Amino acid sequence: MGLIVHHLGVFGGGLRVSAEISASTFALAAVLGAVLTVCRLSPVPLLRIVSRLYVAVLRSVPLLVLLTLFVFGLPEVGIVYPLQWTAVTAMGLYWAAFFCEVLRAGVRAVPRGQVEAARALGLGFGQTMRLVVLPQAARSVIQPAASLLIAVTLSSSLAAAVGVTQELTGQADLLNQKYAQPMVSFGAAAVLYVAITLCVGRLAGYLDRRLEVAR
Amino acid sequence: MTVLDKDGTGAPRGAARPTAAAVRSRTAALLDRLSGPDEGLFDPPGPRGRRRIAVAGAVCLLALAALVWAVVHQFAAHGQLSAAQWRLFVQWPVMHYLLTAMWATVRATLVSGAIALPMGALLALGRLARTPLARWPASVYVEVLRAVPLLLLIYTFLFGLPEAGVRVPLFWQLVWPIVLTNSAVFAEIFRSGVRALPRGQTEAAHALGLSHWATMRLVVLPQAIRQTAPALVSQVVRLLKDSTLGYVVSFLELLNAAKALGEYDHAIVQAYLVVAVVYVIVNNLLAAVAGQLERRLGGAATGPAESAGDLTA
Repeated sequence: MGLIVHHLGVFGGGLRVSAEISASTFALAAVLGAVLTVCRLSPVPLLRIVSRLYVAVLRSVPLLVLLTLFVFGLPEVGIVYPLQWTAVTAMGLYWAAFFCEVLRAGVRAVPRGQVEAARALGLGFGQTMRLVVLPQAARSVIQPAASLLIAVTLSSSLAAAVGVTQELTGQADLLNQKYAQPMVSFGAAAVLYVAITLCVGRLAGYLDRRLEVAR
Repeated sequence: MTVLDKDGTGAPRGAARPTAAAVRSRTAALLDRLSGPDEGLFDPPGPRGRRRIAVAGAVCLLALAALVWAVVHQFAAHGQLSAAQWRLFVQWPVMHYLLTAMWATVRATLVSGAIALPMGALLALGRLARTPLARWPASVYVEVLRAVPLLLLIYTFLFGLPEAGVRVPLFWQLVWPIVLTNSAVFAEIFRSGVRALPRGQTEAAHALGLSHWATMRLVVLPQAIRQTAPALVSQVVRLLKDSTLGYVVSFLELLNAAKALGEYDHAIVQAYLVVAVVYVIVNNLLAAVAGQLERRLGGAATGPAESAGDLTA
């Protein structure tokens, strides 16, 4: 226990880096996922094929394979930038595929009658999306997006496996190597992860209730 | 009407080259199949819309070609495309080595799945039991294990067990953490499958005088398992992905094998790329199986797959 108290700063720093990695990964995945969803729903066949292919491929590559490919492979082809951001790039590309699926499921969850009714009222495509489809899709996306955020946070620990040791799991591992108390250091890290998960879950539940519409 | 006239003047030009038109219609059919089902967000495009789509398609094709060219150029500039770097992978010893590693991956996946699946079912039953004595431990286990990263668990096993004086072979040092986390996920899949059943099923069983366990065994579980089958198969894909963490415990599965090969032969990019392609093929085959199952079982089973990822339930 003394180990934890004396190294609160280490855990705090690890938590901060983990949060940083997760947040930037999630943001990157959200942007890229939105682009992919637009491509997937667009009437341009080529864009739809590209989007589908991207999702099919990236979803089935294990994240660790992608991470090693980026972290150790990119320098081989002459692209070098800070390790942490290389890891974020790989994870962002990976989770974008899942984000695309979440968004698409959200759009699909809006009954087609809604679109048809909007069109019958004379709304254009932009108006249909902005006023009818997206507000309803956003509501059903919150819970899956929160699960995705949790999954992203948990998977951010994989960055430690390719050398980003500043994040929480990596820091716990360093402490373990220094003081040889694996149960204590890893246990403390586990508690922090559980806390993050619970917080995100609570937040999503709150948002969900706030945006709920009685039907 | 003017729109129709424009189309009318356009058609003969296309008809002047019948072979081109035939090719075009065939490619259109192929494109349709590849681009997947329409979500019905658009009206069918008119001639102007079709022209815009064609222009957008051409622009995208150019952008995509530029991207591919940039990647190829970057690879070529650093000598990563030379045949010597790739010839390695058609040599039998290397292929044999990778196939052995593949078998290790499959073994780890199958063994952990075989243990995690019944364990998940038991946990789900525990969570659904009426006595808090069974419900509480199962709930705590599932919630905690789903909130702890697998890597952390693997580290704990890797360093914690030797300290406790327990010696475990590498294979099990990889498999046990995977089992522990995935049994929690399987439990949630089963539970949401059970909860997705209409209440009338249990009520009818109770009305017939069946006890809680008899209801579970005879009425609820058979239906729940059927419903969750596709979700279970997709979870096996995740299990297979988890087995790449053998890289961390230096168990010689596919990814770790690629690492060793790449470092030994100075073909790092190539080795990881080849392995990535193998994973894509295997996992897409598994996904196809899941899709097939889903279609055969009537597509009613998408619900549990979605809600299984929902940690706040």
